[in-house]
Order: sequence, then C-alpha cells, then structure tokens
Amino acid sequence: MSYLAIFLTYVFINNFILVQFLGLCPFIGVSKNSESAIGMGLALTFVTGVTSVVCWIVYHGVLVPLGLEYLETITFILIIAALVQLVEMVIKKISPSLYKALGIFLPLITTNCIVLGIALINITESYNLLESFVSGVSAGLGFTLAIILMSNIREKLDLTPVRKVFKGVPIAFISAGLMALAFMAFDKALLSNLHLA
Amino acid sequence: MSIIIPFILIAVIGALLGFGLAVADKKLSIKKDEKLELIEASMPNANCGGCGFAGCSAYAEAVYTHKAPIGLCSPGGSALAKKMAEIMGEEAVEMEKKTAHVFCSAVPAKEGKDFQYQGIEDCNGASLLFKGENSCKEGCIGLGSCIKVCPEGAIKRREDGSLFVQRELCIGCGKCEKICPNHVIRLVPSSQLFFTDCNSHAKGAEVRKYCEFGCIGCGICEKKFPASGFKVDSFLASFDPKAIDISQAGDAMAACPRKVIKKVE
Repeated sequence: MSYLAIFLTYVFINNFILVQFLGLCPFIGVSKNSESAIGMGLALTFVTGVTSVVCWIVYHGVLVPLGLEYLETITFILIIAALVQLVEMVIKKISPSLYKALGIFLPLITTNCIVLGIALINITESYNLLESFVSGVSAGLGFTLAIILMSNIREKLDLTPVRKVFKGVPIAFISAGLMALAFMAFDKALLSNLHLA
Repeated sequence: MSIIIPFILIAVIGALLGFGLAVADKKLSIKKDEKLELIEASMPNANCGGCGFAGCSAYAEAVYTHKAPIGLCSPGGSALAKKMAEIMGEEAVEMEKKTAHVFCSAVPAKEGKDFQYQGIEDCNGASLLFKGENSCKEGCIGLGSCIKVCPEGAIKRREDGSLFVQRELCIGCGKCEKICPNHVIRLVPSSQLFFTDCNSHAKGAEVRKYCEFGCIGCGICEKKFPASGFKVDSFLASFDPKAIDISQAGDAMAACPRKVIKKVE
C-alpha cells in the first residue's frame, strides 16, 4: 500500500475514534476546549508515531528471531507505558501549562487503545518500518482531527441554548454519534476511486 | 527451557526501559523552589479538597504563587497556617478549627412519612422525588450520602438510625456539607458545644404532626434565657456560639420542652 493510502485509511476511512470507536475516554474528557484538545492530539500523535516504530523494531528484531510472537501484546504494553512516562516528563519540562491542561489524561495515554491498537495493526497488516511509522502518525492525526472537530463543536454548544437534560456530556455524546455517521461517508471505495488500492 | 527465554526477555526489556526512565527523570527533572517544597512537605496530605483545590500539592502551589490565602486547609488547622506563614514570611492568620454537625436528631422509624421511597440509596436521588419520603422536607433524609463522601469515616449512625459526627475523627473538609441536599449537616466552630438539633422552619403545629424531635419555635429558650445565645427565627431556634453567658445555655437546654437543644460532650 502506498503511504498516501495508509494516511487516508487511518485519518478518514478507519478513523480510530469515529469509525473504530477506540480510545474514547480522552475524546470526551479533553475536548472541552480546543487548546487542550490540540495538545492532547499532538501528544497522542507523538506517542503513536514513536511506539509504532519502536514496537515494529522490537517485534521484528527480537520477538520474531526468538519465535516469541505470542508475547507481542505484553511487550508492546511495556514499551508504551515507558514511552508515555517519557513523554510526560518531556511535556512537564517543556510546557507546564500544557501539562496542567492535559492533567490525568496524559497518564491515561498509557492505556489508550489507539496506541496499542495501531502497534498491533501494524503487525497484522505486515507493514514495513516506514509504513508502520506513517500509520502510527496517521492514527494520531485521525484522533487529533476528531478531537479538534469535537472541541470546536463543544465550544459552540456552550454558547447555544441546550435543553437542561441534554446539557454537558449528553449532547456531546449525541454530537459524537452524528460525527461518526458523517464519517461513514469515507469508505474503502475512496481508495479504489483514487487508484491507490 | 521454553519458558525461561520469554521470562528473561520481558525482564530485560523491563529493566532497559526502567533504566532509561531513571536516566530521563534525572536529566529532565525540574528544580522546585525550596519554599514550595517546604510547604508541600508540611501539608497534611489528606487530599480532601476542602480548600477548593484539586489536592494538597495544588493548594501548596497556589499559596506559594500568592493565588490563594493561607489558612484554607482545615485538616492542617492553625498549626499549618502558622507554618505556612513562617515559610512565606507573612503574618500568621488565626483560624478556627471547624467540625461538621448534623442538625437533625429525628429517628427514621418514628418519623412521619408521605410515601415509601424505593429508589437508589442516595440522598440527592431521593430528594429529587418530592424532596424525600419524610413529611419533614428540611430534615435528614437518612440515606447516608454524607457517610459515603466522608474521607475520614467520621459520620456514624446511631443504633436508632439517626446520624452523628464523631468529633475526634472530623477534619472539617466540608464535603458532607456540600453533598447534603437539605444542608442538614454543616460546619460549625469546634468550640461550639450547644446545638439545636433540628433544621425545620415549619410551624410548631405542623412539626408536632410528623416529628416528635423537632423544634416547634416556642421561644422559651430565647425569652427565659436572653443571654443564653439562643434565638428563634421563623420557628427554628439556633445557637450563637458567641453567647454571653454559657451557663444560661445549660439552663435553656433543661427548659426546652422538646429536648431539641443538645450539648456535645
């Protein structure tokens, strides 16, 4: 598959949030304002990009030669947990305000399904190293796209008269559902129409 | 053999990552100011949130950056306020220790009921439905939301089902005050000993109908013992801790026909 096809697949066609419904916790939790949404999206993009590469290297460099492919899940979890800790330290050092805005959700990237999901998908789709990196970054960008759209919608919703029973999270969930419906427009046919698949 | 290789592999990966993180922690560590560290070290670390901040360290930082005044921490009390003032080089603030108190002594089994509530065991949930099953709409609903929210387990149930606060355990965080839909449980100065254990502003005749414990607003305490600190306002007696003559408060307690006035030992 070409890199463009991988990019389109994970940003639009198989968007992790709006199509595969993985990693919804920060999607609802951090989407209250667009500033922290962008921060969260970029932090996750960084993590997915790096973990995709590292996990690919560890899988093909260590696990396959030793015949221990069945250890992929636990090994990836270990690597992801350590990397997220590192990202947390770096953000704390570089931008304390972003660190505060992300709050509890930064450690939660550790258990974010997208990070583990894309690392495992890279293996099952048998991507090469560069393709894994592109898919990892694309998965993160797909998440960033979804969360930025969502935060903009929620900022608008704050200024809109919403009925009391729907105020806050309920209307956010309904908007998320409508967004997911809109993303169903992106189909595998998009790739064949663009002569990419 | 086949089990040892994966074991070693995971151990090695874990050790490498751990070592890497340890190095990164040293390299990327942020130097905290000495004052901030001192304040953080002297916090009680109850993390109760009574100060209005996310936790002890958040409040410590707010004090350090002059965003919050000294003396908001009730578990730390005046000792902590003094220490903070010392560290920050400011003047110490006198702060009074506060304790929660339940202003309702009704026994659930003997209370008049309007209907039977069978919903979830939560006062705020019950309160949504006609303000609870009890005929008294201002008293303790009795489902114990305050017990659940108390970080120290200081709110207890008597054998008859009514609630009380064990004063030695209460740290005065005020979480119970916030969660109670009827504001029956409130923070009071720890030095206060006399209370009118009723929260109902209903007229005396009405209170008599459904509660044998409530204040009827007869005003005997206020009229007979004007210096006792008791005052009746809209059919409910209350006690002013800055009473002039504390001995009269005891007399007022004895004279109360409904025995609503109680003394905490």
